[in-house]
Amino acid sequence: MEFADILTILVDGVVYASWLFIVALGLTLIFGVLQILNLAHGSLYAVGAYAAASMTMLVPMLGLPNEFSLLAMLIAALAVAIVLAPILERGLLRLFYGRDEVLILLVTYAVFLILEDATKLIWGVTPYYVFEPRNLFGTVEIGDLFYVGYDLMLIGLAVVCGLAVWLGLNKTKIGKIVLAVIHNPDVSACMGVNVNRVYLLAFFVGVFLAALAGSYTAPLISVQPGISVNVIITSFAVVIIGGLGSIPGAAIGALVVGIARAFAVYELPEAEIFIIYLVMAIVLVFRPEGLFQRTQARKI
Amino acid sequence: MSGSEYILEARDLQKRFGAVVAAEDINIKVKLGDNLSLIGANGAGKTTFMNMVTGYLKPDSGQIMFDGKDVTKLNPRQLTQRGVCRSFQIPQLYEPMTALENLMVSIGASGQKFSLFRPAKDADTIERAHDILKRFVLDDYADRPVSELPGGVRKLLDIAMAIVRRPKVLLLDEPTSGVSVDEKFPLMETVMEALSAEEVTIIFVEHDMEIVTRYSDRVLAFYQGQVIADDDPDEVLSDEAVQKYVTGTAKDKKQEEGAGA
Amino acid sequence: MHVSTKNTYLAAVVAAVALVIIGFLMPDWLLFTATKAIGYGLVSLGIITLMRGGLVSFGQGLVYCIGAYASGLLATRAGITDAPVLLLVGLVASGIVGLIVSPLIARYRGIFFAMLTVALSMVLYGVLVKINEIGGSDGFTLPEPTYFGWQPSVEIADLALYMTAVVAAVVAATASRLYFDSMAGMISLAVRENELRVEYLGSSVFNVTVRNFTIAAALGGLGGTLNGLALGHIDPLFSFWTTSGEFVFIAVLSGHISVSAVFVSSMILELVRSFSNRYFPETWQLILGVFLIVVIIYLPGGIGSVWERLKERRNRSATAGDKAGNKAAEKKGTGS
Repeated sequence: MEFADILTILVDGVVYASWLFIVALGLTLIFGVLQILNLAHGSLYAVGAYAAASMTMLVPMLGLPNEFSLLAMLIAALAVAIVLAPILERGLLRLFYGRDEVLILLVTYAVFLILEDATKLIWGVTPYYVFEPRNLFGTVEIGDLFYVGYDLMLIGLAVVCGLAVWLGLNKTKIGKIVLAVIHNPDVSACMGVNVNRVYLLAFFVGVFLAALAGSYTAPLISVQPGISVNVIITSFAVVIIGGLGSIPGAAIGALVVGIARAFAVYELPEAEIFIIYLVMAIVLVFRPEGLFQRTQARKI
Repeated sequence: MSGSEYILEARDLQKRFGAVVAAEDINIKVKLGDNLSLIGANGAGKTTFMNMVTGYLKPDSGQIMFDGKDVTKLNPRQLTQRGVCRSFQIPQLYEPMTALENLMVSIGASGQKFSLFRPAKDADTIERAHDILKRFVLDDYADRPVSELPGGVRKLLDIAMAIVRRPKVLLLDEPTSGVSVDEKFPLMETVMEALSAEEVTIIFVEHDMEIVTRYSDRVLAFYQGQVIADDDPDEVLSDEAVQKYVTGTAKDKKQEEGAGA
Repeated sequence: MHVSTKNTYLAAVVAAVALVIIGFLMPDWLLFTATKAIGYGLVSLGIITLMRGGLVSFGQGLVYCIGAYASGLLATRAGITDAPVLLLVGLVASGIVGLIVSPLIARYRGIFFAMLTVALSMVLYGVLVKINEIGGSDGFTLPEPTYFGWQPSVEIADLALYMTAVVAAVVAATASRLYFDSMAGMISLAVRENELRVEYLGSSVFNVTVRNFTIAAALGGLGGTLNGLALGHIDPLFSFWTTSGEFVFIAVLSGHISVSAVFVSSMILELVRSFSNRYFPETWQLILGVFLIVVIIYLPGGIGSVWERLKERRNRSATAGDKAGNKAAEKKGTGS
């Protein structure tokens, strides 16, 4: 392979990895705090994409310049989180805390089914195309190839999100409370922490991140029914590979999956789809806790 | 070669967990039919010893011999199959099933091969299960789900399940713990009565010294991973070291002198 | 023969007769729906076999797809179109895969086991999509099935396949019921409740898991072949995770207690799908999702548990009646 090929694979891989990371970040956070593996995560991504599509279409209608689309997408993601997080966490998931983890998985599967059709009912089945924001960052030349600036912006967004969550958890007071709850919810409750509110906060952030991923991806795809289905399974692969509940793990997992897929696309097209799940299976068999182990505090 | 005079032997067992010495120079010989009790403070090494003998833990070094054969490397299932069975401090039962069904599972699991198509609830198995329940005075509870049963009954059931295989060595982990004071003696009476017809070595961990005195003919006292006394109950319980480190009945010499003055 | 065995055989005969008679009365679209329901039901029967051992597989699409492709390729490449033969091939092919795969995954539990099965099924999906020789993502169509050489006419083709499905279902259901009632099945339930104790009683949890998974795989392959024949078409989506999700849905709806509940639940799913598509398109998933949540909250044992509870109540009133009768007889006897 020539250097140019390697560069292409790397850039493509990192771009894809950034997208994966933003998607997977919310998933791993929700698992880390609430011990819930959220099968509906991709649906939240899809709702974010649809909401962003709607919001973005308002921008020219209100006579605002194209740049406002970025703000519109942020608002869309926030709106999704504000509406859905309380309904899902308080209204539904709370009923199942403390019960079998597979049971909650089934509940999130039901939520996925519901959201799939709910989006169809709200937004219809014809695809939405909101390509205008895609041109906001022009094109960038790397090596021989031209990359859409927007794609590279995603890398920046991924870094911002990752740092924000990491700093939020480790450097703020609220973050430390969340970490305490992750380590031991019972003891935290005894210390006066409102564990339920922590759960809601964590879930809110997780939903927001999923919707954010969807909303900033909207200009790159045709927003239509079914976009959630692949996102769910791919983000699961990322999170399992990196280690459930670990933020650096999500980054590592995203990079592994992103670069593996880029490599496959260019060098081994037959493997493009299955390679991710093969890595996922191998990690599960040999190192089920993922590549980035989160040390569990030993309980008596 | 089998035919050793000792049914169970621990030779130079050593076990550490980091800096904690859980077992050091453990050498014990047990004959078939002995009634042994293990005493010692929590963390002294009794449970570690029991876990090593039942295959749950592997010693860092040393050997465990059962009926003359080296069984150090075997796992709990293999040891159970050979005749080393145990009960649990917190009864390990099948909660939604009835007491009878719990026993039936034990009977089924003790079989060499079990059928994939013949019904589990056949007359023979049911009768055997009832017999064992009767021996432990549990037959009245036969058709009640185990989750509804009182603590003492659950403990007895846990022990009953362990004897289905007619083991040569039976280890009971704190058989009377979690049971009210007035139920402790009847429970041990029931257990000993149920086992009286069997040729079995009983090793039990106990904190209640009256139970120890009454139901064992040999006591092993543990302290910081070592066996500090190995004799009949009266000898062990009057041993100074045991009184200091285990039973806490050592008389304070200063107190005695002060009282005299 | 033991009473419960006799009862099982009796129930099987009654069910078979009833289903056959109903078959002659059903319109074609219902025959097709029922056949598909049986196909799905067979896979879900495998899932409850696993659930009775404490595991949930979210990747039965793997064996469903393998059975379909194995028999489908045999039909299109080797010209073997006999339905009974194809069903057997699908069952055996998937069963063998189950036997090979299960020792590798039998050590895992809970969501890790679920995720592992998903991963494996998605690997198969990813592989099949890229193999253009067998249709890639489009898959391929199957020829019309024959039955011991006889090619039914178009009017009764659906009926013929339905009857075959009924035979497969009754045999599988009977075998499953006998297995569940056996000591092996009881130990499987014990593994579900307390693995530790099973090992300490001398039985191998690993063996139980391998056995359950292999049975589930064989059933999955049988179901996949049947549905391939019913649909007349096979594609890699058979192994996609959403397909696997539907099998799990049926298993959760039915619960792990009753075998017939599995097929009833499967039929409910198919009917909801059909009616929704006709009257409320784009809502059948929503209905299923709500349905699933309602079942999980209010009927965690599935609809099979309702049947169990009714039976128990009937038994209890019977024994209460017996006890009352005995007491009366005693009083008379002792003349007190």
